[in-house]
Amino acid sequence: MRQYILRRLLIAVPSLLGISLVLFTVLALAPGDPFAELVTNPNVPPEVAAALRAKFGLDDPVSVRYLRWLAAMAQGDWGFSFVSRMDVDTLILQRLPTTLYVIGSAQVLALLIAIPVGVFAATRPYSIFDQIANTLAFIGFSLPTFFTGLLFILVFSITLDWLPFVYTTDIKATGIRWVIEQVRQAIMPVMVLGLFQAASMTRFVRSAMLDVIRLDYVTTARAKGLGQPRVIVKHAMRNAMIPVVTLVALQMPAVFGGAIVTEQIFRIPGIGSLLISSILSNDTPVVMAVTFVFACLVVLFNLIADILYGWLDPRISFR
Amino acid sequence: MLDTELRTMIDEVKDGRMDRRAFVQRMLAFGLTAPMATQILAVGGVAMAQSPAPYKPTKRGGGGPLKLLWWQGATLLNPHFATGTKDQDGSRLFYEPLASWDANGNLCPILAAEIPSTQNGGLAADGKSVTWKLKAGVKWHDGKPFTADDVVFNWEYARDPATAALTIGVYQDITVEKIDDLTVRILFKNPTPFWADAFVAVVGCILPKHLFAEYKGAKSREAPNNLKPVGTGPYKFVEFKPGDLVRGEINPDYHMPNRPYFDTIEIKGGGDAVSAARAVIQTGEYDYAWNMQVEDEVLLRLEKGGKGKTVYTTGGDIEFIALNFTDPNTEIDGERSSMKTKHPLFSDPAVRKALALLIDREAVQKHIYGRAGRTTASFLNGPEQFVSKNTKWEFSVEKAIQVLEEAGWKAGADGIREKDGKKLKILYQTSINGPRQKTQAIVKQACRKAGIDIELKSVVASVFFSSDVANPDTYSKFYADIQMFQIPMTQPDPAQHMRRFHSRFVATKENKWQGRNFPRWVNKEFDAAIDAAEAETDPVKRAALYIKANDIMWQDTVTIAVQHRLKVGAAVNSLRPVLSGWTNDTDNIQDWYREA
Repeated sequence: MRQYILRRLLIAVPSLLGISLVLFTVLALAPGDPFAELVTNPNVPPEVAAALRAKFGLDDPVSVRYLRWLAAMAQGDWGFSFVSRMDVDTLILQRLPTTLYVIGSAQVLALLIAIPVGVFAATRPYSIFDQIANTLAFIGFSLPTFFTGLLFILVFSITLDWLPFVYTTDIKATGIRWVIEQVRQAIMPVMVLGLFQAASMTRFVRSAMLDVIRLDYVTTARAKGLGQPRVIVKHAMRNAMIPVVTLVALQMPAVFGGAIVTEQIFRIPGIGSLLISSILSNDTPVVMAVTFVFACLVVLFNLIADILYGWLDPRISFR
Repeated sequence: MLDTELRTMIDEVKDGRMDRRAFVQRMLAFGLTAPMATQILAVGGVAMAQSPAPYKPTKRGGGGPLKLLWWQGATLLNPHFATGTKDQDGSRLFYEPLASWDANGNLCPILAAEIPSTQNGGLAADGKSVTWKLKAGVKWHDGKPFTADDVVFNWEYARDPATAALTIGVYQDITVEKIDDLTVRILFKNPTPFWADAFVAVVGCILPKHLFAEYKGAKSREAPNNLKPVGTGPYKFVEFKPGDLVRGEINPDYHMPNRPYFDTIEIKGGGDAVSAARAVIQTGEYDYAWNMQVEDEVLLRLEKGGKGKTVYTTGGDIEFIALNFTDPNTEIDGERSSMKTKHPLFSDPAVRKALALLIDREAVQKHIYGRAGRTTASFLNGPEQFVSKNTKWEFSVEKAIQVLEEAGWKAGADGIREKDGKKLKILYQTSINGPRQKTQAIVKQACRKAGIDIELKSVVASVFFSSDVANPDTYSKFYADIQMFQIPMTQPDPAQHMRRFHSRFVATKENKWQGRNFPRWVNKEFDAAIDAAEAETDPVKRAALYIKANDIMWQDTVTIAVQHRLKVGAAVNSLRPVLSGWTNDTDNIQDWYREA
């Protein structure tokens, strides 16, 4: 087991190097200029823009810039934002709590809806409940989040005036009021994201469950006289969860990566909005850091998923 | 024009025979406006009126929170590094200049005790120096006194190329010296008619020497106070999250009486303009939102029965179409649109003239910009004294056809006009932006009727406005026949705005396309007018020269003005924001208050 993990971690190193090289090259080749706004500003002489480019090393060849970036990253220096003139890690860490809170809650909500609904629907396929669940799931994942987000704002903020639609990170209240406000402002974004995720996940859980439930060992368990809840939870679900774990594990990096569209609509200062605003202002060090962290998380959670398989199904061995 | 008459009148004001108001009214009769008149008086030797702000609160604080919503959040808080208005607006809450601009383009003293004038000895007669007297008793937020040393330091800090300050253009050609603890003098190399640039408004924000002295030059980016401003402003710094939030609290020791009104202030960033308008006008969650680049139709709908309204301020921002005077389709020495070529179609003035007749500015205003736009024929639209009365525009397909016919451009089999084998096919580029694409469509339709075939192209703004030498789609390379965008006027003076079309600023491969004259238009008469204006200290003659320069551009059809654009903000009904089209929205933030 330990050997397996060690081997997987060693394999991860070259693949991360490869990923970083591709990311860096693509970003370097992409059009755009972090100092674009200066160009139309008549107050700034062109030499200043040129000096800034030189100062941040933008005029060096890509290979030199990549090696410089790699050396800095190895020493824990994530880079320096052109636009904010501050360290990239501070920028990212500042936004991490909000991202984890909002996107994490949405994922939890999705799981809390998807697993019970999916499992229950699979135990009674084509029943009324299954039909309704399926219909709702189809509606759920056909509606894009930018649409449901705007719809929620129109209904709950503007017409009913129940919930705020601008997310604030500095709520001026303490104690229980603070908690209430914090929850209140997160309701809409969490619902939008959570319901969207839940819809596709419900379909997934249902079909995984249906595959398992018809297998002989489930019939055997029933024949032994075990009760329905015990058969479903102990015998069927455990096996059906293997593909679901893969799906969830691969979605975990997204929790850290944020949700670009939803964050933009509700003005949530998460990593997604940092990424999009950095891309728009051509702040390459930030884009590079965010995407690279994202890549690391994907590799890590893949490993975790693989290890979880072994726990769920002891027949899978690590070699 | 009325040179001698004007001088007599100025003398009358000086002697007290005519009051300022009467003078301003006489000026209005000549087609000049109040800011112009006061500027004339200042140079003519009469103190500039310290504009009376109708500020009502009678005590400091007690106004609760002021919540501002900027759909692009500030990303840094050092005014010398500010890349856009968003950063300048954020830093301006904490840092202050010597003076700011009011709505009419007048200077209001902030850290200055008074506005320099010839009468108070602030302005030298030769136009080569300005002396500023500083307000006594001003303290930085950390309790240290504000003195002339701070002002001089800011000049040293910004002009050092190693600091990489974006305000370097303002400070590099001047000399600043300390006279005593509360007096500084700015020396100019040449007579400078527009002296109110350094230490004025947002580019003039002053950093404390005691906190930044060690971080001048190459170490500038390491200064801890880049992210934690300590200024003299009405609000003290509390918290900053780049791109998301700037927060401040009342400065109890602020140097102006009864100000500020609000106890706390915050600028929330992010999102988009439409939802920002909603949060102010419809739900009132926020008090003020900036830069409402939203279709007028949408704003009008939101305003119906809403909690807020839109507010407009007029500056000199111009949306225009520029014509390429070189050939974008011929490559010479690896450079398209080279100065060695002539544009095959636009070298015929008739084609340029016809094009100007085909831009339906009224339709553009009515259907696209609404209350946020005005039709105009001129490139230079403010301040008022510089605005030409000689230019006019017209939309007429018939006249355009007539002009083209007379010049020998005959319709071919496909309806497109041609002459000597050259077809009237034009590539029209702009940045991706809703109103611009709609304008393109309006222009294309009219041109089609006149037998001109327009091909439309839109480029992502981040590419179009970039200085990336490798990219062919930037506006400064101008590899198209015509292109459209907006040039903002950042101060109430036309010098920088007009200088860009001087022939020495032509954008070429040699200067990495950093020249600002992208139409690559060369006109000796225009160059002469600009050169003369820049050395002219007589405000009336100077204004006449800029009007002449504008008229030459109009006669030559270098640019076709599409719309004079106003700045649009959204405010809740109770808020009394103090705004100006000549400066940033937060430049007079100390005067904002709320009425019940």
